Amino acid sequence: MEGTKFTKEHEWIIISSEGLAMIGISDFAQEQLGDIVSVELPKVGSKFRQMQPLAIVDSVKTSSDIYSPLSGEVVQVNDELSEHPEWINESPYELGWIVKIKPSNMEELDDLMTAGQYSEFIGEMEKVEEKGEAKK
Amino acid sequence: MVYFHGWEMPLQYSGIIDEHINTRSAVTIFDVSHMGRFEVRGSGALDCLQILATNDVAKLRDYTALYSPICYDDGGIVDDLIIYRISKEKFLLVVNASNREKDLEWIIEHCGSANVENASDKTLLLAIQGPLAAHVMEKVTAHKNFDRLKPFEFVVTDIFGAESIVSRTGYTGEDGFEIFVDSTRTDIWDKLIESASKFKIKPAGLGARDTLRIEAGLMLYGNDIDENVTPFEVPLKWTVKVEKSDFIGKKALTSRIIDRKLVGFELLEKRIARHGNEVFLKNGQRGGFVTSGTFSPTLKKSVGFCFVPTYISPGETVELSIGGKLYGAKVKNSTRFYKRIGN
Repeated sequence: MEGTKFTKEHEWIIISSEGLAMIGISDFAQEQLGDIVSVELPKVGSKFRQMQPLAIVDSVKTSSDIYSPLSGEVVQVNDELSEHPEWINESPYELGWIVKIKPSNMEELDDLMTAGQYSEFIGEMEKVEEKGEAKK
Repeated sequence: MVYFHGWEMPLQYSGIIDEHINTRSAVTIFDVSHMGRFEVRGSGALDCLQILATNDVAKLRDYTALYSPICYDDGGIVDDLIIYRISKEKFLLVVNASNREKDLEWIIEHCGSANVENASDKTLLLAIQGPLAAHVMEKVTAHKNFDRLKPFEFVVTDIFGAESIVSRTGYTGEDGFEIFVDSTRTDIWDKLIESASKFKIKPAGLGARDTLRIEAGLMLYGNDIDENVTPFEVPLKWTVKVEKSDFIGKKALTSRIIDRKLVGFELLEKRIARHGNEVFLKNGQRGGFVTSGTFSPTLKKSVGFCFVPTYISPGETVELSIGGKLYGAKVKNSTRFYKRIGN
């Protein structure tokens, strides 16, 4: 997970050597969503500001927006997900990538969490959940 | 775990799609103890149930059951339930978890001459569903003639030393059974799974229960039907016996004009419609709303139910508004997307 950054909305992003950013959702997110059955992808060339919704993932239980971790322009989408949406469940960091964007402002990376910070973040969330359940 | 009408229940165990497919191909076990169980007893029991139910309770013999809505005076649905006749003067009712208190009040109000008791905590209610369900039941119960037990019939038999009611009923569109067993016998869940392991039994949760019942075209109270919906607007006309003596809602149901109907739809694009999404017609006008929607693991399509004006025909397309965008959907000729082979 070296170099991968995360948002509070559970997207991951990794910058390649060519300066492109690959985006997907975290293992924690796919686990929470359950069986993913469809993905609505943006058009290549469309532009998004940081944390604007850029794709929609439908699981059997719920639909959720996928937010762009950085501002930028979509340069490639993972078309294979329309045939294999389950790849997001099975391989969230590899086969299940969602889009590649050309970021317009790399400084926005500073707003995102490192892998270590993210795992702490979801750890806290799970603690809150457990507390909530204990109350019931 | 999810919080469901006061019950903490698993939404899924091995995954909704996996549990769904296992129910269609082998067998699964559901804990549905959240459902309400009432006993109605006494010489006035049958008369009171006949006044409440739209279906004909007088047709029941001992050890048979029937599905029926109960309605308000205006024809709106109080709840839908299953009525089991144990004897001429003893009936067991299974009602929706969300309606337990409301139903109990309503039934007591109209059953002055019968003894109505909330028996929900006396038993656990487990459902064994799938094409291999009868094999499981033959293995774990003293009863050996399950091939002769028809849908909506039940027996009282022994399961791991506990006298239980076993009915051939369910909510999945598959063959299956529901077991009422003494509430102290929580060990039976594990015992059933262990004894049925060779049939590839898996536990299933609320998620698969919902996808299975949608494929089978079955209504869910609170989603598809409620106090603002009459049985004539949804595929429950067969449960309303207008020829029987008076029942609550009869006058309204026989005189009310029907201008909308619940239909099945198949979404033409890869999204999933959810309860409350609006339906738009060809002319751009609002035409109704989605009551249930899901991905059908059997058909591998996005399906659901929605209200449309009665003049809309099967095969026509409507548009569903999902997250502010419109998606085309084809109207089907029924709400049932899946029918199992056999009876």
